[in-house]
Amino acid sequence: MFRWGMLWIVFAVLVCPVSARSEPPRRARLVLQWYAQAQFAGYFVAQEKGFYTKRGVDLRIVPGGADVLPSDYIDSGKAEFGTMFLSAAIEKRGAGVKLVNIGQIVQQSALMLVARKSSGITGLPDLEGARIGMWGRQFQVQPRALFKRLGIKVDVVQQSPSFDLFMRGGLDAVSAMWYNEYHTLMSYGLDPDEMVTFFFSELDLDFPEDGIYCLEKTWQNDPAMCRAVLEGSLEGWRYAFAHPDEALEIVLKRMRKQKVRANRSHQRWMLARMKDIILDGAPQPIGVLRRGDFERTKATLLSNGFIWAAPEYKQFYKGPTQ
Amino acid sequence: MKRTGIAVRLAVLILACSLVILTGIVWYNYVVSRNIIISQDEHTGAGLAQATSARISKVLYAVQKVADSIAYTLEDAEISPKLIDDLGRRVLAGNPEIFGTAIAFEPYSFDPARLYFAPYHYRSQNRIASTNLGSRDYRYFHMDWYQLAKELDKAIWTEPYYDEGGGHALMCTYSVPFYRQVDGKRTFAGVVTADIDLTWLQSMISEVDVYDSGHVFLLSRYGTFISSPNPDLIMNETIFTWAEERGVPELRDVGRAMVQGKSGYRELKDLPGVGDVFLYYMPLPAENWSLAIVFPKDEMLAGVTHLSHTVAIIGLAGFLALAALVIFISGGITRPLRKLTVVANRVASGDLDQKVPEIRTRDEVGELATSFKTMKTSLKEYIANLTTATAERERIESELRIAREIQMGILPKLFPPFPERSEFDVYASIEPAKEVGGDLYDFFFVDDRHFCFLVGDVSGKGVPAAFFMAVTKTLLKVVAERGLDPGPILSKVNADLAAENESCMFVTLFLAIVDIETGETRYANAGHNPPVFLRKGSEPEWVPPLNEPVAGVMEDMEYSTKTMRMEPGDSLFIYTDGVTEAMDGDRNMYSDPRLLELLGTLGAVPAQELVTAVDVSIKAFTGGAEQSDDITMLAMQFHGPLGTNKES
Repeated sequence: MFRWGMLWIVFAVLVCPVSARSEPPRRARLVLQWYAQAQFAGYFVAQEKGFYTKRGVDLRIVPGGADVLPSDYIDSGKAEFGTMFLSAAIEKRGAGVKLVNIGQIVQQSALMLVARKSSGITGLPDLEGARIGMWGRQFQVQPRALFKRLGIKVDVVQQSPSFDLFMRGGLDAVSAMWYNEYHTLMSYGLDPDEMVTFFFSELDLDFPEDGIYCLEKTWQNDPAMCRAVLEGSLEGWRYAFAHPDEALEIVLKRMRKQKVRANRSHQRWMLARMKDIILDGAPQPIGVLRRGDFERTKATLLSNGFIWAAPEYKQFYKGPTQ
Repeated sequence: MKRTGIAVRLAVLILACSLVILTGIVWYNYVVSRNIIISQDEHTGAGLAQATSARISKVLYAVQKVADSIAYTLEDAEISPKLIDDLGRRVLAGNPEIFGTAIAFEPYSFDPARLYFAPYHYRSQNRIASTNLGSRDYRYFHMDWYQLAKELDKAIWTEPYYDEGGGHALMCTYSVPFYRQVDGKRTFAGVVTADIDLTWLQSMISEVDVYDSGHVFLLSRYGTFISSPNPDLIMNETIFTWAEERGVPELRDVGRAMVQGKSGYRELKDLPGVGDVFLYYMPLPAENWSLAIVFPKDEMLAGVTHLSHTVAIIGLAGFLALAALVIFISGGITRPLRKLTVVANRVASGDLDQKVPEIRTRDEVGELATSFKTMKTSLKEYIANLTTATAERERIESELRIAREIQMGILPKLFPPFPERSEFDVYASIEPAKEVGGDLYDFFFVDDRHFCFLVGDVSGKGVPAAFFMAVTKTLLKVVAERGLDPGPILSKVNADLAAENESCMFVTLFLAIVDIETGETRYANAGHNPPVFLRKGSEPEWVPPLNEPVAGVMEDMEYSTKTMRMEPGDSLFIYTDGVTEAMDGDRNMYSDPRLLELLGTLGAVPAQELVTAVDVSIKAFTGGAEQSDDITMLAMQFHGPLGTNKES
């Protein structure tokens, strides 16, 4: 035993520094769900501050957009990693894309419904028969589950990003992200006390949102790289929360680069709300997908008929344990 | 305490008042002119905003008309791709302000095989290009320009946006829904659009001059900056995010008023990068946009501030001139007063020979100087008179004193007067008042057996009383020595006194003659206080009054004589009203009862002891208060022919 131990030490001293220096950084791409904004501050900061590089990953961030579906990018090999809503990932997995979660960033749902007080809507039952603006499929899971549970019928209208139709009175309520569109409405001059809000996180439909995903194959081939990507991202978020002004600058720079509207107060609000839903009461981002959250999301998806098949927690989740 | 001169007080008061008035004028002038400028600029702002808004609306209205007429045309035209292509090209050729135009159809409504059908004509490198919108990545049914017109069922202007294809221009789209007859029903069939480039609008607005640093900005219906001198704001910020970022909550209120289509004029303090401003805003109702004109307060009020400075400087110069004048005038008024004061102080310390300064002014100070001069002369004369009068009075007083001494000198003062006589004992005293009075007493032997004694009191005071008293005393002695009875003596004396008495003076007299062998005492009384008879072993009693008048008034008066008998040891106490009317500090009189009571306690004491005891009692009563009348007392104790009483 002693001899073997000595030998290991000698081996470690001789080989490790050499291997760390000589091995070239592994290249990888991370595709985001949407255009550059503070929702992704942690990844931008991690890249900018070298938190991926120092873990041996040369990560390129692929900006998202209206025409970018991360699951397609990953499936088709245009990117190794991607951020996705948990519900979207479960659905894709159910549909046969071999995605695994290597770390859950956002622990809480930021999805909400917003109505104008002046419209006479004060409680959920008032939504009966209302025209409600919604985005694509992955944002409809929670609302549809809610309406089914309440037994009310609503008129779903595909909504555009501008919220113009809602503002002009063409919709009774809209779905919004707390960190994004809710502030957009405020920036249109609506005061918070003029709006009625329904948070899904408070309606027993609290689905964790952004997580980092890759193909099972990628995980099997290089789990160290996957862990490096997650840990770099978590460090990025920690840094962003500790230095919000610097993080904002980084985000705004990315936005200008991507030529999207860059509004500082809007991004400041978004970063602050991201902190709320990522930490969810914890002192630091944990990156863990809790089994309870997974099972609740999966059960809702199955019982509402969004999917017919779903993976097991162990198959699906490869991230750190609690 | 330090004295403050009239000149200084006058100057300070006048100047302080002037300063207050001056400040008030400058302030009022500033406020009024400022308000005039502010209200003028409100009108300027309104005019400017209306002119700008009219220019914008004119262009936008023209675009609306074009799109509206296409939509109208599409309603019942036989639509073919050729027709649509021609329409698009004609519109762009004829309307240079329109950048592009699309006719977007509902899914499958133009061609049941096509989900998307939206021919789009646009300008590209000086020619007209066309394409067909709609794809899996561009589902135009959910774009604002399509969805808003469809869902709201009316023509709309979209929010401005950046053109992603072209030269990154700021665009805005006007969309009109159009309808077709389907199975006899008017059904929504799609949307006609006209895109315009807003660059012309931005440059037009940026050319509007508002002072040097003022500007105009244009907000979209949700407060997004469409035009602003700060390019970072355009399309990136709404007025609300800007208010939040810069921490100006008032700006959010303004923004809400603006997006609600109100017009207004208000002051904003400390706007970041601009400072204090006045903001005029008004809506562009067709597009729900809002135009605001920013007047920098500093520049707006520069003229007023300059005017106020000038007014203040002129005022200050006037104030300084006024100050010099006030100091000069008040000095001129008070200089002669100061000179007079110096002289007056010297006069006050007794130097009446000071020369009064010549003051020729014909005002109150001149009058004062003249009065002062007169006063000084009068004072000098008065003092000279006073000195003479005082010397005169001193001489008279000295003579009076001598007269008094002579008067007193004629009264017998040597006691015992008859040491060889043992049959009686007599004692008298006179306490002169401050003024010369007219009390008198006397005693003498008429013959060997008869001893006469008397007390009198002349009316009035002063030298006449003294003379009258001397005359009376002399007369009494002369008449009494003739051996008459007391009544005839008084009658004779009265007659003599009254004969030459033109000044109507009178005298009260009590005169008694005692037979020293027998003790028989004959007496007469001319209006004098009743004496007290102290009978040995009995209570003292008044000698009964005879009720006969005072002497010296009526020539023909006859006085009667009464007789009483004194036993050895008996005493007779005669006094003037100075005794019973002696006053203490509270002006209470010594009074008859007090006298009688005192005498009752004494018993048969020698004459001198009797008089001394009464004197002590009076002094104790008055407590040393000065008396206005002479106090005269005479006591006679009868001892009997052989001086029995004296020996016993």
